[in-house]
Amino acid sequence: MSNDQDKILEEVTGSDYKYGFVTDIENDAIAKGLSEDTVRLISEKKKEPEWLLEYRLNAYRHWLTMEQKEWAHLDIPEIDFQNIIYYSAPKPKKELASMDEVDPDLRETFEKLGIPLDEQKLLSGVAVDAVMDSVSVKTTFKQNLAELGIIFCSFSEAVQEYPDLVKKYLGSVVPSRDNYYAALNSAVFSDGSFCYIPKGVRCPMELSTYFRINAANTGQFERTLIVADEGSYVSYLEGCTAPQRDENQLHAAIVEIYVHKDAEVKYSTVQNWYPGDKEGKGGIYNFVTKRGMLHGDNSKLSWTQVETGSAITWKYPSCILKGNNSTAEFYSVAVTNNYQQADTGTKMIHIGKNTKSTIVSKGISAGKSNNSYRGLVKVAKGAENARNFSQCDSMLLGDKCGAHTYPYLEVDNPTAIVEHEATTSKIGEDQIFYCNQRGIETEDAIGLIVNGYAKEVLNQLPMEFAVEAQKLLQISLEGSVG
Amino acid sequence: MLSIKNLKANINGKEILKGINLEVKAGEVHAIMGPNGSGKSTLASVLAGREIFEVTDGHVEYMGEDLLELSVEERASKGIFLGFQYPVEIPGVSMVNFMKAAVNAQRKHRGEEPINASEFLKLMREKKDIVELDSKLTGRSVNEGFSGGEKKRNEIFQMAMLEPKLSILDETDSGLDIDALRIVANGVTKLKNKDNATVVITHYQRLLDYIVPDFVHVLYKGKIIKSGTKELALELEEKGYDWLIKDL
Repeated sequence: MSNDQDKILEEVTGSDYKYGFVTDIENDAIAKGLSEDTVRLISEKKKEPEWLLEYRLNAYRHWLTMEQKEWAHLDIPEIDFQNIIYYSAPKPKKELASMDEVDPDLRETFEKLGIPLDEQKLLSGVAVDAVMDSVSVKTTFKQNLAELGIIFCSFSEAVQEYPDLVKKYLGSVVPSRDNYYAALNSAVFSDGSFCYIPKGVRCPMELSTYFRINAANTGQFERTLIVADEGSYVSYLEGCTAPQRDENQLHAAIVEIYVHKDAEVKYSTVQNWYPGDKEGKGGIYNFVTKRGMLHGDNSKLSWTQVETGSAITWKYPSCILKGNNSTAEFYSVAVTNNYQQADTGTKMIHIGKNTKSTIVSKGISAGKSNNSYRGLVKVAKGAENARNFSQCDSMLLGDKCGAHTYPYLEVDNPTAIVEHEATTSKIGEDQIFYCNQRGIETEDAIGLIVNGYAKEVLNQLPMEFAVEAQKLLQISLEGSVG
Repeated sequence: MLSIKNLKANINGKEILKGINLEVKAGEVHAIMGPNGSGKSTLASVLAGREIFEVTDGHVEYMGEDLLELSVEERASKGIFLGFQYPVEIPGVSMVNFMKAAVNAQRKHRGEEPINASEFLKLMREKKDIVELDSKLTGRSVNEGFSGGEKKRNEIFQMAMLEPKLSILDETDSGLDIDALRIVANGVTKLKNKDNATVVITHYQRLLDYIVPDFVHVLYKGKIIKSGTKELALELEEKGYDWLIKDL
């Protein structure tokens, strides 16, 4: 019986990446390799102020002294940092006045991704800051947001237009020396998004950014900085898919979120970088540092992530609960298939009094993949009445994949209550047969079952994103049945 | 509608069905009875196409087609419905979504457009009444946390939704109290018409008080050893199976 079941699952999960296409757009790229000169060149190309160059150089010099840590349950091939292009920007043909003027190839790319950068988005109330490779191509809705005092623009633009804000918050949550990849990013980050919500403002729309790796051999070093001032609210979306590549591509992003008193940030992401082929060849290495500082009292931050892509995922969106009564949430679905490896989870650092955190992690492993949850819950001495609830579930498809859970607890305050629950399940042949008998094909049945399993997390996503994510889960596990 | 000839099937190399012959015509109700382990549920599973069973011999014709050539979902879409003895739980998937996926999958197989939302909800409301299914149940996850009775009623509800031509009900009466039994059986009876057929697998005659069969068959050690009319069920109720077995 189990043989049969595994056979079905193998067929269904042995699928090809559906977004493997490349857009042919001219690139303005610098030569491969990394040195102080590279860092200076990037900074110069972006016409950055002196302080930012210094910030980069400090990070670079520190990075040289660091080593990659090997604590994660990952088998990471050696990365040749000299064989990476650290800057590439699509060549603008001319200044763009309207959507019609956006490069048709580029528009087509977004269409294929199901991300229409057009009137539909305007109507559905989503402002899109599309990042193609390293430079923002188009920002919509900026005017409307500007009227509310909301800043939502590319990181480079923010450096030029709002240098004081950038200087104040850059590195305030993720220091440039935080870890190996954070230091690398701090040295060579190319572009990304900047978002500032002023005091008392409720951002009326979901802010979204779509990232995409396009030029071959271009490392992506995105930088996102979100600042929610006192009493403000913002829901921020980020999602990406990448074209098929044989060369491994390094992606080392940093996302910093700074939440002031009484403010709330919801950050949702769907990650679908190219995972490599069925033999485990190619695919993106995704080493991301995401962290939120819940600085003020009563602040709130919620991370929701759907991770389906990348050959290797190393990612722990974390929260520092500094303000009293601050609340942090982490909802995660991580899918690994074929030879994918994921080591992902969160860190909840309770510092303030009456702080509360919730962790819901759903891992799905198929093929020969390895999927690990790694989470730290730390309650500092002064964190009276801190509360944490963690739930870590794993689902296995087939018998050649692995699921691992590494919960770490460090509790230094006796009033804290920390709870951890974990389960492991398998998709049963009986469940698939039940669906088949009602007429539902095996691929759809697995999609249905997996989406049901991940519902608690998917429900956290904004509506239209949830629909996209559901499709993505199914696509990620789909294969060559019948 | 259904013609089974000399059907033999194995599981893990062990022969369970040892040459079944059965004819079912539109408009008929057949009851299959027999002691535990005689192969009743296996017969139901094989007809539905469950792959863990290996058909080693014989032929099954359904609506003019070779049934054994069809996949599980093709059989379903062509009107074969299996009421499960142990309905399966699918956590996190609401009955509404599950039914919608099923109805649309079957429509797609038949080359029809997906059902629109309002039409679908109307259909749900209509069919729920047939088995007196609580509205709350359809909002809950498939069979998760359902009582035994609710699960069985939910099976008949799905049967009503999918409007099958051939329904095979595998011990739909097991684990039901007398009220639930009545509701389930009445549901089945309401769904009966001259164009569809029902095969009821049961241990007990009491179900047949509600779902009156045209034919009763006794399955024993993988073979139908006796066929008759509804009176046969009564006789079995009274005398058990021993007298038949002794005759072999």
